[in-house]
Amino acid sequence: MDFILTAVIVLGGIGLIAAIVLFVCSKKFAVYEDPRIGQVNELLPGANCGGCGFAGCGGMADALVKGADSGSIDGLNCPVGGSEVMGQVADLLGMAIANSDPMVAVVRCNGSCTLRPKVNEYSGLRTCAAMNACGAGETACGFGCLGCGDCVEACEFDAIHINPESGLPEVDEDKCTACGACSKTCPRHIIELRKKGPKNRRVFVSCVNKDKGAVAMKACKAACIGCGKCAKECKFEAITVEGNVAYIDFNKCRLCKKCVEACPTGAIHAVNFPASKPAAPTEPTEPTKAKEETA
Amino acid sequence: MGKLIVSLSPHAHGTDSVERNMYGVIIALLPALLASFWFFGLGSAVVCLTSVVACVLFEWAINRFIFGNRQNTVLDGSAALTGLLLGMNLPSNLPLWIIVIGALFAIGVGKMTFGGLGQNIFNPALVGRCVLLVAFPAQMTTWPKAGNLLVYPVSSDPVDGLTGATPLSLMKQAITSDEPQKYLDQLPSTLDLLLGNHVNAAGALGAGTIGEVCALALIIGLCFMLWRKIITWHTPVSIIGTVFVVSGLMYLIDPAHYASPVQVILSGGLMLGAIFMATDYVTSPMTHKGQLIYGVCIGLLTIVIRNWGAYPEGMSFAILIMNAFTPLINNYVKPKRFGEVPAKQ
Amino acid sequence: MNIRTFRIGGIHPEENKLTHEVATQVAPLPKQAIFPLSQHIGAPAKPVVQKGDKVKVGTLLAEAGGFVSAPIYSSVSGTVLKIDTAVDATGYRKPVIIINVEGDEWEETIDRSDKLETVGAHPELTPEEIVNRIKTAGVVGMGGACFPTFIKLCPPPTAKAECVIINAVECEPYITADYRLMMEHADEILVGLELLMKGAKVTRGYIGIETNKPAAIDLLTKKCAEVFSASEYTVEVVPLKQRYPQGGEKQLVDAVIRRQVPAPPAIPVNVGAIVQNVGTAFAVYEAVMKHKPLFERYTTVTGKRLEKPGNFLVRMGTPMQDLINLCGGMPEGDNKVLAGGPMMGKALTSIEVPICKGTNSVTILSDDDAVRQVPQSCIRCGKCVDVCPMGLEPYLLAKLSSFKQWERAEKEDVVSCIECGSCQFTCPAHRPLLDNIRQGKSTVMGIIRSRAAAAAPKK
Repeated sequence: MDFILTAVIVLGGIGLIAAIVLFVCSKKFAVYEDPRIGQVNELLPGANCGGCGFAGCGGMADALVKGADSGSIDGLNCPVGGSEVMGQVADLLGMAIANSDPMVAVVRCNGSCTLRPKVNEYSGLRTCAAMNACGAGETACGFGCLGCGDCVEACEFDAIHINPESGLPEVDEDKCTACGACSKTCPRHIIELRKKGPKNRRVFVSCVNKDKGAVAMKACKAACIGCGKCAKECKFEAITVEGNVAYIDFNKCRLCKKCVEACPTGAIHAVNFPASKPAAPTEPTEPTKAKEETA
Repeated sequence: MGKLIVSLSPHAHGTDSVERNMYGVIIALLPALLASFWFFGLGSAVVCLTSVVACVLFEWAINRFIFGNRQNTVLDGSAALTGLLLGMNLPSNLPLWIIVIGALFAIGVGKMTFGGLGQNIFNPALVGRCVLLVAFPAQMTTWPKAGNLLVYPVSSDPVDGLTGATPLSLMKQAITSDEPQKYLDQLPSTLDLLLGNHVNAAGALGAGTIGEVCALALIIGLCFMLWRKIITWHTPVSIIGTVFVVSGLMYLIDPAHYASPVQVILSGGLMLGAIFMATDYVTSPMTHKGQLIYGVCIGLLTIVIRNWGAYPEGMSFAILIMNAFTPLINNYVKPKRFGEVPAKQ
Repeated sequence: MNIRTFRIGGIHPEENKLTHEVATQVAPLPKQAIFPLSQHIGAPAKPVVQKGDKVKVGTLLAEAGGFVSAPIYSSVSGTVLKIDTAVDATGYRKPVIIINVEGDEWEETIDRSDKLETVGAHPELTPEEIVNRIKTAGVVGMGGACFPTFIKLCPPPTAKAECVIINAVECEPYITADYRLMMEHADEILVGLELLMKGAKVTRGYIGIETNKPAAIDLLTKKCAEVFSASEYTVEVVPLKQRYPQGGEKQLVDAVIRRQVPAPPAIPVNVGAIVQNVGTAFAVYEAVMKHKPLFERYTTVTGKRLEKPGNFLVRMGTPMQDLINLCGGMPEGDNKVLAGGPMMGKALTSIEVPICKGTNSVTILSDDDAVRQVPQSCIRCGKCVDVCPMGLEPYLLAKLSSFKQWERAEKEDVVSCIECGSCQFTCPAHRPLLDNIRQGKSTVMGIIRSRAAAAAPKK
């Protein structure tokens, strides 16, 4: 019996001393953290994706509380949580937020395997970064998508995948949180964050080729040749042509689609519109083919 | 004209390859293997063959069914090499089922659980051997009687088996005994140790694993590997050198209790371990300076375990312990950078 | 005799000097000459001609685009067709000037005689005048790097030049252009060396040559003794061990004067050495003594399956296709065409790319030589660490770069990598080490630059 008692007393004593030490340490070395930071952190999605510009949700929570103390949380946005989460955070902190439109990643290249023939064979490490350093890639277009999937690797939401038939990446609208990782990774700056648009509809120029028209067409049948017809058609001054390529400003675009009809190569895409015309912009349509033959 | 091929520089490659290195080590092991046929006969052939086949099969099976055919390293020689090295570390009368268990642990636990070729921390053959040593101590320390060359002498047959005294166990007993000469006198001569002749001696010192007995054959293998630039001298020389120097010191201090350093380096698994096991690419340091540190520590640990530890042979454990330190050595021991040399005209 | 060499790492690739003893031929003029505006390190040149202008051989086509830049001169006479874009050795379309070739009329200022002009016969040449003529002629490093030569002759105030080292090593396999130049124009090269030494205000010179060129070593040693024995200059011909990358600037300085250039941003002149390629020395002679701007060079066109590989004196702007046709045309099957040698050369996307200032060779690799082998996992053999001439750990740098761990890569000195390719050449598992390291190096250099820019006080 004795030794059981001794063992209990000794171990119990050690436990008690350890508890006291831990308690004293936790009080003496305690770091004061604003409790609001923890509360805001609870509201944030917890994906630590970096889309807000901070390393993790903790960093964002910190910045939000600091912003609230200094008077405004403008400029801070969690793309994953969207306006719902930002609204909750704003309520918690007693601030107002500006309404921001949902964004989505858009791949601005349509140079699929059929439209943009291969002229070289690349042998080696299959990453976009490596191929970009090697030269124009396997095609004659030095601006187009290389198809090795660095964007797929970068995405943490499983929202972008390479379509094996076309060789181009395709964004899943529902999963994309517009965190911007794919856009930053793409060595050719093909992927852009654009407004998702009402009913998820948007119009964009699916080409970033800055070569002169004839050269661009030789490399890819769906290239933007910088002819400017779209800019002339646009009544809202949303289209600019610079460096032989057209660009649609998504803040000004009214989705009227006049530019889509005007484009001779089918380089402008309209996404998620009801199929009123048979002109699907991914392949050159009959009228365009006729134009090419007469040119 | 067809499409031009493009890639980033360099556009040339040397003749080296994983296969060349792995099969090169296997070739370097051939003299020792042939010597073992001479001394142990059919037994060594059966053990080595079983070990190689089991290792290759396990690697293929794990890659196919568990890894989803991710890496196809079955034919690159690394599994076969592990199998051969494992076999060389076993007595020639080990039952087949124990060999297969050893192969499973060597490849399955020692190599594949870490991710396959290039990812393991511990030498797979040694993992297999040490698991067997700890799990089947009796069978692993039972040696066949000399002279039975054409029979595969399974140790479970008590008539053919023999738990004999190896040179190492004699040396160990001599250290702590009051009559050390009794043990040290039984040690084979240096020439016998070099050639492995003590295996065939009538006094039944037929003791030793398949690969360790003929030091000369192992040294021939070392020369081959150095010539083909498969390994460099740093690891083997530092291990053998350390053991020689330290055991030499002990011999000088107390020649009655300790064996001569030449006998020490020629006995047991030291040669096999220093030349073939410690020099395994994956588990040894990447820089020459690191390899020297690694070798010296292995030498010291081997002597400590041999003289004062429970087992007569300390080489396997010493190597495994230092394998664990390899990442630390790699982290802190960096090669000399260009430009660090002070200018001198 | 103790043959000197650099002290860390190095490999020994197969030489394949197929054109060693092939005498240099003068390449015929092309029908159309293409002049990229960026044939050198630094800002691209700015065109001074326009469509329709008539030019002669030696006419200025484009002036230097900044301090670190070089002018470009026409190598042909004819009419400017257009200023357009064309694919160059980088694989991308870059601005070029295209000229339709008519005849072969040279500018009158160029001295076309064969008379050897010596420095002694021209006492009016001051160091400043020499540097100025080199600058005006657009001479850049002809070993492939194309750094404007005149800048190297004017070291920054923190460094003092002590010697000029001529890089006649030619350690890359296949290339023999420098060797043929030495055998055929040794006298001019030595005058060029003297001009470089005078321009840099030094009195010591070295010529580093690999031991696989014994005839060149003997020839130059004899001529050096004749030319420099009685002069104020001390010039030594240094035979160097045959090893790659013996011709790398830093390795050459280590081998010849036993000094190791510290990590970037240090350059060879920080340890007192100015390194110039032997072709550059020849170009300096022609520029200063013959008033001939840089518009032609020695180029080797070679490959195991080429019918007649050879060495050519070629006008810049000639499409490579012309030279390949002279050698018997492209071989059948899979081919890789390199501007440069197999270790550091650039794979071309088209054979219409023109010969530029830095094109020392057109190497054609065929069949199995042309494709990369399938990589396996790293077996941690440490051979890459053994061969790295800069004392780095390629396996670690490649791993850190592929996992985007830029901070750790910077700590492991990734910016010291000279991209020689020895690691990837040696790796038994055929891993793309240099591909990853290059990525890491350029990213880390970008990070360092942006850090310096952010820290710099706003002016």
